[in-house]
Amino acid sequence: MVNIPSSMDDPIPPAEVEDVELYHSHSWWTTYVFSQDAKVIAIQYSMTAMAIGLVALVLSWLMRLQLGFPGVFTFIDAERYYQFITMHGMIMVIYLLTALFLGGFGNYLIPLMVGARDMVFPYANMLSYWLYLLAVLILVASFFAPGGPTGAGWTLYPPQAVLSGTPGGADWGIVLMLLSLIFFIIGFTMGGLNYVVTVLQGRTRGMTLMRLPLTIWGIFTATVMALLAFPALFVASVMMLFDRLLGTSFFMPAIVEMGEQLQHAGGTPILFQHLFWFFGHPEVYIVALPAFGIVSDLISTHARKNIFGYRMMVWAIVIIGALSFVVWAHHMYVSGMNPNFGFFFATTTLIIAVPTALKVYNWVLTLWRGDIHLTLPMLFALAFIVTFLNGGLTGLFLGNVVVDVPLSDTLFVVAHFHMVMGVAPILVVFGAIYHWYPKITGRMMDETLGRIHFWVTFLGAYLIFFPMHYLGLLGMPRRYYEMGETAFVPPSAHSLNEFITIVALIVGAGQMVFLFNLFWSVRHGKDAGGNPWRATTLEWQTPTTPPPHGNFGKDLPIVYRWAYDYSVPGAAEDFIPQNQPNDDRISREPS
Amino acid sequence: MSAILIFLAALALIITWWMAQQRLMSKPWLEVGHAGDTPQREGSSIPTAKIGLGVFLAVVGALFTLLISAYFMRMGLNDWWAVPIPGLLWFNTALLVASSLALQWTKAKAQRGNLEAVKAGLGLSFVTSVGFLVGQILAWRQLTAAGYLVADNPANSFFYLITGMHGLHILGGLVALGRTSFRALKGVPAKAIWLSVDLCAMYWHFMLLVWLILFALLAGWANDFVEICRQLLT
Repeated sequence: MVNIPSSMDDPIPPAEVEDVELYHSHSWWTTYVFSQDAKVIAIQYSMTAMAIGLVALVLSWLMRLQLGFPGVFTFIDAERYYQFITMHGMIMVIYLLTALFLGGFGNYLIPLMVGARDMVFPYANMLSYWLYLLAVLILVASFFAPGGPTGAGWTLYPPQAVLSGTPGGADWGIVLMLLSLIFFIIGFTMGGLNYVVTVLQGRTRGMTLMRLPLTIWGIFTATVMALLAFPALFVASVMMLFDRLLGTSFFMPAIVEMGEQLQHAGGTPILFQHLFWFFGHPEVYIVALPAFGIVSDLISTHARKNIFGYRMMVWAIVIIGALSFVVWAHHMYVSGMNPNFGFFFATTTLIIAVPTALKVYNWVLTLWRGDIHLTLPMLFALAFIVTFLNGGLTGLFLGNVVVDVPLSDTLFVVAHFHMVMGVAPILVVFGAIYHWYPKITGRMMDETLGRIHFWVTFLGAYLIFFPMHYLGLLGMPRRYYEMGETAFVPPSAHSLNEFITIVALIVGAGQMVFLFNLFWSVRHGKDAGGNPWRATTLEWQTPTTPPPHGNFGKDLPIVYRWAYDYSVPGAAEDFIPQNQPNDDRISREPS
Repeated sequence: MSAILIFLAALALIITWWMAQQRLMSKPWLEVGHAGDTPQREGSSIPTAKIGLGVFLAVVGALFTLLISAYFMRMGLNDWWAVPIPGLLWFNTALLVASSLALQWTKAKAQRGNLEAVKAGLGLSFVTSVGFLVGQILAWRQLTAAGYLVADNPANSFFYLITGMHGLHILGGLVALGRTSFRALKGVPAKAIWLSVDLCAMYWHFMLLVWLILFALLAGWANDFVEICRQLLT
């Protein structure tokens, strides 16, 4: 453990920063495999997340094949279809996005951006990754277990999740799923403590909270939320395991299955829904807040302009984080509730749009009259703003009880949440990888391949999810294995479904371009130098690239300014790094 | 879900109080340091490990509050028959109180550098905590012997779930306490392990508080209080 000495007694602090003692690895194993270096752990997290994400991508292809061409692919039966849906959703939300944003970017960027040598509890940080890997392996194991993975839907609603009619319900599927979640949450808690306490205690001299880059604010707030929200999923998972394995009746009402009365009685599925969505809604913002933060930094850097309204951006992040804990029941309008509760949750849901809209305005105002470089990170950041706005607007529809109830079980909801928490954060993930890749490897990713990847992904995502809103408005239900003959679905809707499937296949294939670029550029990319984007934040000021264990050479940097000094009038360059003190030649006008 | 919302509101107050001291109204774009300035060390003067434990306890608090929330929601349904509380739980509670007090005493001794007293205090607290866990298992056995099985009634299920979850947390704490005791036995100076003892004491006090709340809840004394709250809310 790195203990930061806490003597604040000396009136004149020495100029150099006291150093912390680092754990030094001795062998290849402890350097690259059981590493306690946050940067190695970040890469391990990211690689594992992307590997399991590929599984989710293939699952979405299989689902789309069934929806676009029902009956053609006979190996996809109804049971398999539900397993694909469940695993796709679960992997994407938890094992890919949460793990990548917090475990991946959090680990890599927090120590570097706040000017620390490493996380404050490196050993727990290492355990965090290995527990995450264990959770992923248990999840993968469920594909090979008798009966296959659970097909209960990613929300795992009881009672159906533990009944024999649901794939994996009476077999291993649901048990492995719940165990995997429990391990994921224990592992995440270990990592999350690190992210929070490092931001609190690991900051270098001069790095006040209000000088933190917004990326760190986003990851920090999201981690605090995740630490408080994941226990709800933990409790729900443990209680459901009890119901499934010990025959208790926390969630299970009295049920007759196959003509037999089960031993459960009196439980309430609504209790599970409350616990699940108490985690589930903050989860949306656990994924979105890091994305907000990263996009702010990408836009500012690549438009060579300071972020508009930094303070408001910070407050908005914190307020969104707080509000997201009191909106959970808007996922349960269809379950039925006291109209007063419905009114309350609809109101809070709409209020959360205010700070969110404020952020969108600030991004646009940052771009306004900026020196916009259409680099790959910038393209993805711009695409994010548009996509998030789209998804957010349909969220305003769905936040209202009367609109939500008829739309709730249609493809409209699928289109909404894919836009807002699927496509939008993934675009940020890509933008962030293109942005920080030069720091991680010392080389640039290939520009042409990157542009192909961007346009295929961006346009493709719109071609997939825009028509889906329309299908939803037609009343096309979601979660259906096949539609059969229905009067209200015109033949054109079926051709639209085929079209969506074909585009989905192409977009999925487009991701292979990205993967190729990712691995190819490690050796063959253009040399990047230490600061190819001419950015101000501390991670770009390391003496060597990629940064070694310990991040910053002999002395830790001292921070003299905020993270957004771009195009300062009178300055020699169009950016001033955070660790550069004021040079009296530069006169600054109060703005 | 009102229990967890009250817990989060309390946490929000603490966070707001902390944020209020962080100069959130400052204008960072106007505040540029000069080369001669040496900015202050950032972060709090409280040891990092202690802050880490504080954050962890907030997470543990959320976990138990969520269990309590679920308990209240399930209790409202009409198939609930409360479990008779084994008398042994009183004895266990006394053991846990003793353990917590022993750690508080050890902390004071460690501050004064009295290693022998630290060893004795850690040993006493370790033994009483193990005693608590054994006592909890015996209480489970008494209940099962009397026919209160885990799946028979939601009150039983919650009893085993909540006491089990609390026991696991004590067990985890014993790992840290064991490591601290081991270092004390190896002769590490008392002042050097003061922080570890302090952290153990903090964790034990917290788990004792959690246990007292859970005990009141399981024994049914909290029911009247909850009833009053419920009437206020509806």
